[in-house]
Amino acid sequence: MSTATRTVARMLALLIPLVAAWLLWSGLYKPLLLGLGVFSCVLTIYIKYRMDYFQTEVFALQFGRRLVAYWFWLSWEVVKSSLDVARIIVSPSLPISPRVMTIKASSKNPVDQATLANSITLTPGTLALDVYNNEIAVHALTEAGADELAKGEMDRRILALREK
Amino acid sequence: MTIVLDILSWIMLTAGGVFVFIGGLGALRMPNLYTRMHAASLTDTMAAVLIIGGIMLQAGMTLATIKLATILLFLLFTSPTASNALASAAILSGLKPEEGPLRRDGDAE
Amino acid sequence: MYYAVTIATLITMAMALGRALLGPTIYDRLLAANMFGTKTVLLLSVVAFLYGRPDFLDLALVYALINFIGVIAVLEFIRERTGGDGADKATGE
Repeated sequence: MSTATRTVARMLALLIPLVAAWLLWSGLYKPLLLGLGVFSCVLTIYIKYRMDYFQTEVFALQFGRRLVAYWFWLSWEVVKSSLDVARIIVSPSLPISPRVMTIKASSKNPVDQATLANSITLTPGTLALDVYNNEIAVHALTEAGADELAKGEMDRRILALREK
Repeated sequence: MTIVLDILSWIMLTAGGVFVFIGGLGALRMPNLYTRMHAASLTDTMAAVLIIGGIMLQAGMTLATIKLATILLFLLFTSPTASNALASAAILSGLKPEEGPLRRDGDAE
Repeated sequence: MYYAVTIATLITMAMALGRALLGPTIYDRLLAANMFGTKTVLLLSVVAFLYGRPDFLDLALVYALINFIGVIAVLEFIRERTGGDGADKATGE
C-alpha cells in the first residue's frame, strides 16, 4: 500500500465516526444542519492533516470477542473490589493497610501496558502509580488486594488478548 | 417486561446513589491522598456505571441512550487517565505514600 | 427515585467540596475538583431525566470533556511551577 492510499484510508477511518457522531448527536436532519456537519467534519480532517496526524501510526485496539470477554471479566472484578472498598469505608475502624509494590507487565506493547495500568486504576482498591521499564508501580489499599493483584491474573489475561 | 426493567433500573439507581455517597464519605474519612484516590475511583467507576446504566434502562432505545453510553464510555476512559496523571504528579513532587496499617495521626503534610 | 439519586449526588458534591477546602496538599484539592466534576456529569444526566429535558445530556458530555482537560491542564501548570526535575522525569525516559 502506497503512502497516499494509506493516508486516505486513515482519513476515511476518522471521517466515518465523525459523521456518525454528528448525525446521532443532533437528531435533526435539515439541509442547513447537514451542510454544517459536513463542513465541520471536513474542517476537522483538514486540521488533523496539518498536524501530520495521518503520517503517524495510529494505535488501535483489535476489537474482538477476546476484548469483550476481558471487559466482562474486568466488570466482575470491579464489582467485587467495589464492595470490598465500600465495606472498608463504612466500617467505623477504617481497616486499611496501604502497600506499594511493583508488578511485571508481560506484554511489551505500549497499548497493552496502558490497558493494564488503566485496568488496575479502574478497579477500586488498586491504583497504578507509574509505568517504567515494563514494570508498573501499584498502590493497594489493603494487603488482601495487593496479594490478589500479585497473582498476575490480569496480566495473563491482557497477554492473552493478542494471541491468535 | 416494562415492570421488570423498571425495577431493575430502580435497583441500579439506588445502588448507584449509595455508592456515590460512600465514595464521598471515603474521600472525607481517608487519612492521606493515595487512599483518598481509592475512594474517588469508587465513585468514578461503580457509581457512574450504576447510575448511567439505570437511566439508560429508563430511556429505552432512543438517541438519549446512545448519548448516555458515549458519556459513560468517555468517563471510563478518562477517569483512570486523570487518576494516573494525578498520582504520578504527586509522586514526582515528593509526596511519599505511607505503608502499613493505619496510623491515626497519619495525615500527609 | 431520581430525587434520591440527585440528593445523594449533591451530598457527595458537598463532601468533595469539603475535602477541597480541607486540603491539606494541592493534590488533594485537585482530586476533590476532579471528583466534583465527575459528580456534576452524573447530576446533569439524572436531572435531564428528572425534568424530562434530554438536551441536558449534551451539557453533561461537554462537562465531562472540560473536566478531564481541566485537570490535566492544572497538573501541567503545577509541574511547570514546581520546577524542572519532575518535568524531566515525566517526559523523558
